[in-house]
Amino acid sequence: MLLEVRDLHAGIDGKEILKGLNLQVKKGEVHAIMGPNGSGKSTLSKVLAGHPSYEVISGEVLFEGNNLLELEPDERAREGVFMAFQYPVEVPGVSNSQFLRLAYNQKAKHHGQDELDPLEFNDYLKEKAKVVEMSSEFFKRSVNEGFSGGEKKRNEILQMAVLEPKLAILDETDSGLDIDALRIVAEGVNTLRSSENAIILVTHYQRLLNYIQPDFVHVLAGGKIVKEGGKELAIELEEKGYDWVKGAAGSK
Amino acid sequence: MISTTTVKETQFTEQFRNLLKSETNDDLRRLREEAFAAFSLMGFPTVKNEDWKYTNVAPLLNSQWSATSGNDDAAVDQRFDQLKAFNFRRNGFTALNLAFADLKVVHIAKETSLAEPIELMFVADENTAIFPHVLVIAEAGSKATIVESYDSPGKSFTNSAIQVIVGDNANITHYRVQRDGIDAYNVGTTEVSLGRCSRYDSTNINLGSALSRHDIDLKFTAEGGEAFVDGLYMLNGSQHHDTHSIIDHQVPNCTSHQTYKGVLNDTSRGVFNGKVFVRENAHGTDAQQSNKNLLLSDNARVDTKPQLEIFNDDVKCAHGATVGQLEEEELFYLLTRGLPMTLAKNLLTYGFAEEVINKIGIESIKSELDAAVLNRLGAEI
Ligand SMILES: Nc1ncnc2c1ncn2[C@@H]1O[C@H](COP(=O)(O)OP(=O)(O)OP(=O)(O)O)[C@@H](O)[C@H]1O
Ligand SMILES: [Mg+2]
Repeated sequence: MLLEVRDLHAGIDGKEILKGLNLQVKKGEVHAIMGPNGSGKSTLSKVLAGHPSYEVISGEVLFEGNNLLELEPDERAREGVFMAFQYPVEVPGVSNSQFLRLAYNQKAKHHGQDELDPLEFNDYLKEKAKVVEMSSEFFKRSVNEGFSGGEKKRNEILQMAVLEPKLAILDETDSGLDIDALRIVAEGVNTLRSSENAIILVTHYQRLLNYIQPDFVHVLAGGKIVKEGGKELAIELEEKGYDWVKGAAGSK
Repeated sequence: MISTTTVKETQFTEQFRNLLKSETNDDLRRLREEAFAAFSLMGFPTVKNEDWKYTNVAPLLNSQWSATSGNDDAAVDQRFDQLKAFNFRRNGFTALNLAFADLKVVHIAKETSLAEPIELMFVADENTAIFPHVLVIAEAGSKATIVESYDSPGKSFTNSAIQVIVGDNANITHYRVQRDGIDAYNVGTTEVSLGRCSRYDSTNINLGSALSRHDIDLKFTAEGGEAFVDGLYMLNGSQHHDTHSIIDHQVPNCTSHQTYKGVLNDTSRGVFNGKVFVRENAHGTDAQQSNKNLLLSDNARVDTKPQLEIFNDDVKCAHGATVGQLEEEELFYLLTRGLPMTLAKNLLTYGFAEEVINKIGIESIKSELDAAVLNRLGAEI
């Protein structure tokens, strides 16, 4: 098992948002998490990434069998957990390529691999940028600064491509993308998908799941998974809306 | 007789008498005597003086300094009027500088463009005081880069002055890098005057010293001048740095830009006081000033005071100051990409200072500074 979330209760500022969440992810799988606004999808993503403002009240999260929650966010990242932000952060004055090289080398060092000098890394980065069809003009620019909404999302996937995580949590990476960009990003994710990694896609739209076929669809409502199924569940949701599953949750 | 000098000042009296014995130039001797008399009268500034309110120089005066002074630069003779124009009565330090001045003249001939930078490096030995005083005369239409650096490793006292006269249509780039050791004291004054349609671009980097103070006094003397007076102070431990600058628009149609950034860690303390004057007849002035500070610790402190004094309506002016901390969300973002905390903080600090660092056109200084910022919190990269 790559990721195992057991009866997770977590919240922020004294407010409980996740109320007993269970999730199991194996290598090679793609999981979609859908659910109404405010149901706790980003909260789950941030708790997994280790955001310091979120508090775990109870429950367990195991990553490759080890307690993920006791690791600092940077340790989690080096172990192979990656979260693409719903709202990527701008970092003024730090160039994309400088940032990515430092990140790459930290991970390489951790795993006893060779670090890359700026020239070597540039070649590596150019190769990776093809995955999301990103022009090298974005390498020199400050991280996300002045990027359009769609460019920021693409930049997140570029980071994923560079860091090659074992587990990628993509929090609404499809929101704000135009039709072409959605296809490019989705194809990029498909390229990165392998039998050695797993992807959690947080999304509101069935559209993304046409491109990236999930193995499982989970519906999160009120801080719990209220319904699970295969990719046909997403289609059903699109037709019936969330009231349908919320009802199901209520009757549970 | 009323004596206003205290013990702190008198340590220089005997040393000054000895210096005078070897001064063969009569004009210079008189000027030195006049300056020393001014010093004796004023003494060193105290915190009661408004311009020194936040900078207490007492620790520097409690030590014994052996004053050193080189031989006069022969070229000073021809430039005596310019030397005399130095406002040594500004304070006790400027007066003492001129009294002990170790003089050097840098002359850039008319219409000449120097490919290589002019390097001025000042290193004081342990327990000594040095008083470099440089006259830079850039004749009309000349172009040059000056690199002024301070590199005293141990406990020492540097009291420097540089007068830069930028002729009509001349173009001077000036880097001032102060990276003295952590036990050093460094006080310096930069006087600049700009001629018609001239350009002066300065970047002032303050990294070293226990206590440092830099005064900049820039005037536009003819129309069409453009000046950049930018800087960065990056302080650790209990370091103290104070920049006081005056940019004086005395004539119409000149432009000045000032971007100063401060990075303060531990219990360090920064002071920025920037005055911009726009005189009555200085219509068409464009003056921009900003001072931004990043506090990396709860115990660091900065006092910033940008001041605009405008006596003309037909001007474009803006100024502002900020004091902030690292953004938590930016930090988290970098952590989630695997950067350890110290490196993430250093990288954000770098991003903050980047605007000033990146305008440095000399690769060796820039890369040294890159490394200084990225390694400042002890992270390996
Ligand atoms: N600091 C806070 N204090 C109190 N409540 C908060 C705080 N931060 C977030 N919340 C609440 O937590 C709930 C879950 O938010 P979360 O961002 O996880 O939702 P989401 O499922 O990602 O929604 P969306 O689909 O809109 O992105 C929301 O109701 C939100 O208002
Ligand atoms: Mg969300």
